[in-house]
Amino acid sequence: MVFYIFRRFVNYFFLSLIATCLAYVVSSLALDPAAKYYGRNPQPTQQTIDNILNGLGVNPDVPVLQRLWDWLVNIVVHGSLGNGVNGVSIGDQIISRAGVSLRLLLIGSLIGAIVGVTLGVWGAVRQYKLSDQAVTYGSYLIFATPTFVIGVLLMIGATALNGAAGMQLITFTGEYSAGLTGSWWDLALDRGIHLLLPTIALVLIGAAGYSRYQRSVMLDVLSADFIRTARAKGRSRNSALVRHGVRVALIPMSTFFAYSFGTLISGSIMLEIVFSFHGMGEFALNAISQSDINAVAGTTLFVAILILFSSTLSEVLYAALDPRVRN
Amino acid sequence: MSLVEETNAELGAPDVLVTPTPLGVGVPSGPPARSRSRGRLIWRRLTQTSRFWVGAIAIGLILIWALLGPLFYPFDALTRDPLNMGLGPTQLHWFGTNSIGQDLYAQTLVGLQKSLVIGLIAGPLGTLIAAVVGSVAGYMGGVVDRVLVWCINLLLVLPSFILLVILSPLFKGLSWVFLTIFIAGFSWMIMAQVVRSQTKSLRDRDFVKAARYMGVPMRKILGRHIIPNVASLLIIDATLGVVAAILAETSLSYFGFGIRAPDVSLGTLLAEGTSAAVTRPWLFVFPAGVLIVTLFAVSLIGDALRDAVDPTSGVNRD
Repeated sequence: MVFYIFRRFVNYFFLSLIATCLAYVVSSLALDPAAKYYGRNPQPTQQTIDNILNGLGVNPDVPVLQRLWDWLVNIVVHGSLGNGVNGVSIGDQIISRAGVSLRLLLIGSLIGAIVGVTLGVWGAVRQYKLSDQAVTYGSYLIFATPTFVIGVLLMIGATALNGAAGMQLITFTGEYSAGLTGSWWDLALDRGIHLLLPTIALVLIGAAGYSRYQRSVMLDVLSADFIRTARAKGRSRNSALVRHGVRVALIPMSTFFAYSFGTLISGSIMLEIVFSFHGMGEFALNAISQSDINAVAGTTLFVAILILFSSTLSEVLYAALDPRVRN
Repeated sequence: MSLVEETNAELGAPDVLVTPTPLGVGVPSGPPARSRSRGRLIWRRLTQTSRFWVGAIAIGLILIWALLGPLFYPFDALTRDPLNMGLGPTQLHWFGTNSIGQDLYAQTLVGLQKSLVIGLIAGPLGTLIAAVVGSVAGYMGGVVDRVLVWCINLLLVLPSFILLVILSPLFKGLSWVFLTIFIAGFSWMIMAQVVRSQTKSLRDRDFVKAARYMGVPMRKILGRHIIPNVASLLIIDATLGVVAAILAETSLSYFGFGIRAPDVSLGTLLAEGTSAAVTRPWLFVFPAGVLIVTLFAVSLIGDALRDAVDPTSGVNRD
């Protein structure tokens, strides 16, 4: 089993590596970091501009594959992702922002997966009952709503709630209240409240997708012979459903987790921007608007590593659930 | 029999399981049973579901509204009404006006037209790419198959939204048509995998073999025998692809990477409305509502189609 997972990991590793390299090449071709220096008044000399661009390793006169190679060597040898156009190390910026993004993404996707799987199993068992219909149409409604709209609608709702309560029950702009002092607990609580709305939004998105997929897999499993056999040999309905049904239905889900994680990453990035978190979303937005090639490359590397880990994790889950791949 | 063997028999090879589609499309498990009346059968099942009619009538009305609505309304999207700036919905301005007095109802209709056009082109275009790539990979097998599957996996590594954001400087100065093509270019991968696995099972069936041994060229075999057999899946994918494309367009435009001024789409309208979403909610709520109703109607049709094509998925036979 370890060999199997290792083989999959190597496969994903090379895929992510090549995807990151491609993203580097594409962003180098799409972005023009020199343009903003030409637009300055007084315009810097060509020599100055070249020096700045060479220092960042983004001079468009150097062949793009050469720059890609330098970028990779720099990562391997110095562990550095280069500097941004503001002169600050990309690695440091990402490290200071990654926590914000990961907290939202991990908490949101974990709760979303649990809620989604539960709702999916529940919907399959109670097929066509009112609760199943409600969950089904609810998830279609969420599919039909862009992520940022969910975020803004939650904000409007929270404002109405605050107004009705006559006090600031839910605060939602930014990641924490600026200038708040107090004990460790107060600060953690404050961050928790700020995290509430974006997490709800992410859970809704995740749960909508997972519940649909889990429901359809679970329905296939429910009509399988081995469930009838389990019932016939005297297992109770619930035990047959959980021990034989849910476990089997989770096997294809583990692959689906890996596929859908990308959607959750982009959803989480959008929500960060909507709720003005200083996370990777804002970083990527700034990077594109400032034509910062190193920052864009760093962002894609960050995303690729997340995908690499989630894919490997889903393989581990697959192997743990499905005895066939273990030997 | 042990549980292990039972699951083995039930679930087939793990390879078959790796075909998740956005809404968990149930892929017909056996070889599709073709008969002359299959199309009619699907149509009959489709027209018996109320979801289909609700979705179809709603989307029909929305299309007519988007096309003809501006003709029966006195204001256009750009004219400012200096006497009614920043007003909520009134009898004069049905959806209210923005801070410089432009009519939101007229703007919403213009944005809706653009979003619909982009969705209706990009969705089916993505399906077309999926059909071509998937059937060629599945039919030819060997090196071509491996290379195409590898490309698909590569494109699936990074989320397509992030790829589109990285590419956005390329279509910054270009018209919305390029945005549409880019959206389609990043939305075909999962469907291509589904088509590929279906094609692989079809190519060994007798009617395809017969055609091959008679010397029918590959292009014709794909067009006459393979694609018609996966057509139902493609129709579902094209329908849901419209939803995905409109979502991609509005999200990109919202964050400033898609449609740009002077063009207007629902995404740019929502972007403008967000800053005032709390104080003047109509600027956000009306375009958002129109967008959600549109996408919901299309997803209802897609869902009804899926049930009509594959009635066994989701039927509890216990």
